[in-house]
Parts: sequence; structure tokens; C-alpha cells
Amino acid sequence: MTPLLTGSVTDTSVNTTALVVLIALFLLVTVLGFMASRFRRAEKLDSLDEWGLGGRKFGTWVTWFLLGGDLYTAYTFVAVPAAMFSMGAVAGFFAVPYTIILYPIIFVFMARLWSVSHRHGYVTTADFVRGRYDDRQLSLAVSVTGFVATMPYIALQLVGIQAVLEVAGVGGGDNVIAKDLPLLIAFAVLAAYTYSSGLRAPAVIAFVKDGLIYLVIIVAVVYLPSQVGGWGEIFGAAQDKMQTTNPATGKPTGSYIPGDGQMWAYATLGLGSAMALFMYPHSITASLSSGSRNTIRRNAAILPAYSFVLGLLALLGWVAIAAGTDPTGLDGEKNPQLVVPQLFEDFFPDWFVGVAFAAIAIGALVPAAIMSIAAANTFSRNIYKEWLKKDATPQQEAKVSKLMSLVVKAFALVFVLTLDKQNAINFQLLGGIWILQTFPAIVFSLYTRWFHRKALLAGWAVGMVYGTVEAYQISSAATDHFGGSLAEIPGLGDMGYVAITAFALNLVVTVVLSVVLNAAKVSNGTDVTRPGDYFADAGDPRVDADLEVEDPLAREPDRP
Amino acid sequence: MSLGSSGEDQRPHDGTPPTDRRKIAWACVCLAVPVVALLWVPSYAREDPSIGGIPFFFWYQFLWVFLCSGFTWTAYKLVESARGGRR
Repeated sequence: MTPLLTGSVTDTSVNTTALVVLIALFLLVTVLGFMASRFRRAEKLDSLDEWGLGGRKFGTWVTWFLLGGDLYTAYTFVAVPAAMFSMGAVAGFFAVPYTIILYPIIFVFMARLWSVSHRHGYVTTADFVRGRYDDRQLSLAVSVTGFVATMPYIALQLVGIQAVLEVAGVGGGDNVIAKDLPLLIAFAVLAAYTYSSGLRAPAVIAFVKDGLIYLVIIVAVVYLPSQVGGWGEIFGAAQDKMQTTNPATGKPTGSYIPGDGQMWAYATLGLGSAMALFMYPHSITASLSSGSRNTIRRNAAILPAYSFVLGLLALLGWVAIAAGTDPTGLDGEKNPQLVVPQLFEDFFPDWFVGVAFAAIAIGALVPAAIMSIAAANTFSRNIYKEWLKKDATPQQEAKVSKLMSLVVKAFALVFVLTLDKQNAINFQLLGGIWILQTFPAIVFSLYTRWFHRKALLAGWAVGMVYGTVEAYQISSAATDHFGGSLAEIPGLGDMGYVAITAFALNLVVTVVLSVVLNAAKVSNGTDVTRPGDYFADAGDPRVDADLEVEDPLAREPDRP
Repeated sequence: MSLGSSGEDQRPHDGTPPTDRRKIAWACVCLAVPVVALLWVPSYAREDPSIGGIPFFFWYQFLWVFLCSGFTWTAYKLVESARGGRR
């Protein structure tokens, strides 16, 4: 049932109605973004706590929207369905187990990180590592990794916006300036309100974003399957496509349900991504902006609502197979990233297409804003203040952060221009390889100081080098390097996520060196944290004293 | 807002709050179950039984969204009571 197929292949004209709706909604969130500085207003926005963490007083529901808006990104809307469409379940559907097991994992350690961070005023994970070991190199390693790993993730958001604009008929094509202009305008606007409102901007916009996304997905999942002959038809079409031999490689096109030899790939992609996600600066920023120790734990129980939506979105990639969606870009080449926007344009009335496109575009802006704020905080706290200007005032820190949030977005553009966009899911997986190497230094250190700071640094270095080299060597049909994130697991023979292999290597190095250095009684630095710090909560006199909350009444009452 | 180094020494040393270790252990079990279930891919990588045309592999993972949510909430309540409300 592909009544609209022939129409869509050549339809590259501008969809005016959709574009008008898209722009109107975009203007709405722009206004909200600038007005957000009044949200839970602070005296002034010139400290990192206010600009970068929204005053650290978001309650359960604001945190739910913020984290949801932060974690479920253009990755969700564009990269996951695209991977399902072109490569099948192993490359795409692993996102579901990934975003489920994520929550038990963060439940365990995030409350401790929240407490110690509030007790000592930490803004980044590198701050914590610095306090725990008094080791500048290890802290620098953690901050640089966070900074670098965020770039491809922001780039992924750009890819998402680009996909929407291209299907709407603007951007793309041959003219270099016209091609990227709409994207640049969108990002300039984003940069402007992030600069002026800080974390409050994405917090407010996240409400609009999540509302639009739930609306669009529910409509799509209720309406579309019946249009293409039901779920049986959809899975049948997907199975046919995935099992068809690809003439270029002589192998099946993709995976329908993980078979022999693919189990490890599916499991390691899920586990590696889940462990990596809350090492990213942007996840930490959203978590630390919550108002109490247990806000994040309550959220661990209610955030899976988004995972359900993510699963439905993944399946839209297969709905598109059954619908015969043709994701041909304005340059005349196939681009799987366009599959969901194209599917919407084929089946929905123009005005609703506009709403759906706005959901995707705004869905990319919110995380891009939080990511750039988080990466900027990391820079100003752990690189600028630590290494360049030790006596920086909080005002100077905040100013550097604001400027850096602009620079970060520019760096992200470099990734978009240099990496293979065909499989944008790799943008996220590549960052995951790097960021996961900071896991031992952050999470293990929350519980113990048995691991030696120099051993953690060495393990990190080995994991980073190994992961980068492995990823560099992976080629795909479209590119010679960084073409994927699965490689053979040494000693096992099956394919697995490079991040996990690198992490295992990291762990071995860290443990062995810790035994040696501890036995040799090499100093493990001084620890400014105390056991009780890891249990401190809001309302605790010590925490409030440190927090200098300007207006205690503004704290959202979020105790059940 | 300081990095926490100033005035550190004036504060009394304080340790961990009293904790009911059995309840914490049960909470850990609640958190481990979904992780183990979903990482054990061979246990669900199959087509049958399908529901309404959706193969087992897919609906089983959707089901775990709700189960995991339940387990995590239970763990939250256990941890809350294990620390006597202080959590």
C-alpha cells in the first residue's frame, strides 16, 4: 500500500503550509527561550549556579521534562528510526533496552553524586574528581573527555534539524550558502537565548517540546499502521527487507531479530550506551539542577515513559519500510535520516506535518542548548579556572561559560561537515566510546578510594586510545573511517560495542596499577569529601548554607 | 558559592546515616533484575509468540518499560524506609 510513493519521490518543492507552522512554533519557543530568564527568577544570572544549573532548585516534574528533553533528542527522532530503516533491529532497537536499564544504573549512583555535589558546590563531574583525589591531571582528563564527547552529540542534533528542513524543501541542494543557512539561523537563535537565559531556557522549552512529541507520536502510531496494512504487514515488510541480500556486500541488508552472533552486539550496545549516558556533562547538568537528593530517584521510576515513546519511534522506521517511503534528499541521494520526516509528509495533512517537523526541530534544540551549556560549564570550571585563570570570580566563570557555549556549537558544525551523515547514530555511539572511559574515575570514586588516581588516569588513557583507534578502523559503505561502532570482541569472536571493549581494557589497567601503586604506598592525593557528604539532602542545614539559595520560597515543594 | 574548601574544617565530622542493610540488599535485587533480564538477549530474541502481529522480541521489551519502572519505584520505597525517611 504505497499510494503516495510516486508523488513523494520527486516532490522536493517547498511545503509552504508545513513551513509556516514550523516557523510559527519555532518563533513561539524563541520567545519562551528569552522569557525563561524570569522562570524561578534569580537576582542575577551571573554565576554558574544560576546560569548553568538554573539555581539548583528544579523539582520532580521540571526535572522530568528537562531530563526527558535532554536525553531523548534528535537521536530519538531521526537517528534511531533511520538505523531501523536501513540496518535493522541490532543497530536501532537496542535503544529500547538501553533506555530501560539506564534507570536502575543511575538510581544507584546519582543520589550520591547529587549529595556530594551540593555539599561542595560541584558543577561538573571533574569538580568532584578534583575534590576526591586533589589530582589536576585526572580532573583535566575527565573534563576534556566530557567536552570532546559532547561535540558529536550536538552534531547529531544539527543533523536532526537539517533532516526536517530538507524534507520541508528548504536547505540542502548545491548552493553552499543556501544549503546551510536555515540551519545556521536556527542555531544562531538557539545560541542567543541560551546565552541570555542559561539552563532556564531549555527547561521552559522542554515543556513545549515534550508536549509536541507525545502528541505527534501517539497520532502517528495510532494512525499510520492501519494505513499500511497493520503491524503484521509492517513486520513482514521489514523482515523481507532485512533478509534480502545486499548486492554490494553479499550479506543480508540488516537484522530483523538479533540472530546467532548478534546477541553480544545488541547487549553491549545497550549496556555501553546506558553506562555512558549519565557520564555526559549534559546529563549531569540536568541531574544536578534538581532540587533534592531523591528528585533523580523518583525520576528514575517515571522517565521510562519516554523509553516507551522511543520504542514506538524506532518502529516508525519499519512502518516506513512497509509504506515504501523514499528518503531521497534534495541533492538526489538517498539519506536514511530523512525517513521519518518523509513518512510524515507522505501521510499527514500539511499543517500536521508542520507540527511534527516542529517537534523534531525543537526536540533537537533543547538538548543542543543543554549540551552546549554543560560543555561550557566544564570548560570554564575545569579548564579555564583550573589551568588558565585561577583567581576567576564567579562572574568571570559565568561569562566564560556563556561565550564557550557559542564556541561549542561552532565545533559541532565541524563534526557535521566532516563525518558520515548516512548513519548519524554513530555520532552518538562515537561520543559514547570516549565518555564511557570516565566511568571508573567518577562512579567508582563515589564509593571507594581504593582505586589509585594515577591508575584511573592510565586506564582512562588506554581506553581512550584503544577506543579511538578501533573506531577509526571501522569502515562502512560510505566512509573509510569512523563508519560504525561495532568491532570484534577479542577472545570472543562476536561483534560488540567498542566502548565496552575499551572499558574492559580500561578496568584491567586501572585495577592492576591500583594494586601496584597501593602496594608501593604512592600517595593517592587528599580527599576533601566526608562519608556523610554522600548522603546530604536539601533542607540539610549544611547544604543550604553552601547553596546560598536566594529565595527559599521559590523551591518547588516536591516531597510526596 | 565556593568549591567547598573554605571553612571545611570547622564543620563536625559526620558519617553515614543509620541504614537497614537488608532493605538495601532487596533494593539492589530490584534494580538488578531488569538489567539482567534485558542483557540476556538470547532469552527473548525470537519471533513467537507474537501479539497482534508484533513479534515477541519487540513486545517483550516494551513490557519491560513498565516492569522496570515498577522495580525502580519499589527500590526507591525500600531505600527510603531503609534510611528511616532520611534516604
